[in-house]
Amino acid sequence: MDAVALPDKYYTTTSCIQDLVDKIVFVTLRDGKNIIGVLRTFDQFGTIVIQDAVERIYTQKAFGDIDRGVFLIRGENIVVIGELCSELNTDAELGALSVSKLPIEEVLELRRLELESSTSISKNTETRLKMLGFSP
Amino acid sequence: MLFHSFFSTLIGKKITLHLKNDVSIEGTLTSIDQFLNVKLEDIKVHNADKYPHLLFLKNIFVRGSVIRYVDLPFEEVDTALLQDATRREAQLLKQKSMGDPKTLAV
Repeated sequence: MDAVALPDKYYTTTSCIQDLVDKIVFVTLRDGKNIIGVLRTFDQFGTIVIQDAVERIYTQKAFGDIDRGVFLIRGENIVVIGELCSELNTDAELGALSVSKLPIEEVLELRRLELESSTSISKNTETRLKMLGFSP
Repeated sequence: MLFHSFFSTLIGKKITLHLKNDVSIEGTLTSIDQFLNVKLEDIKVHNADKYPHLLFLKNIFVRGSVIRYVDLPFEEVDTALLQDATRREAQLLKQKSMGDPKTLAV
């Protein structure tokens, strides 16, 4: 697309994403996945291609990365594309948030435990409601 | 197009987006496009304890289709003007449909 022919600088999706090309971006997807990598290209539908992508998995106190290589994301699945703050170094960021990077196996285990406890809480609520005569 | 023009007048103002995944993001509006995709800078996430990773970001692009509500600064919105513009657009649509014989038959 010819950028000069655009009616207004920020009229199209193209001009919105253009500033992010070749920068390290943080993409949140509709299913809750978080992808970090270099944004290389995009189209008018908001489809984007991320190079050197890692999927970052968060738990309450830790996070871990899974390498994903080149990631192509269809536009409709994108929630947020964010530019990572380059001035902040990783340690300071992590210190402020009190989360630490762990090997992915440990993070997945932590997440499994978190999920388990949250489902057991909802099961508890369900049984109590049932006792009171409410069915889910 | 009306709301695109409307949001264009709010560029540089602080707005809050409430997304469909229950995240609320406050920031300065820097750009808006025809799908109401929004770019914000100097963002602040309201429920940051639940979404710590969003604290790393300064500028974000939010896809229009995932936005649930937008909080606007009350003093920046000229409701009278907006109502007027809406009426004018409705009038225009009406005139267009009157001119179209297919719509007239219905």
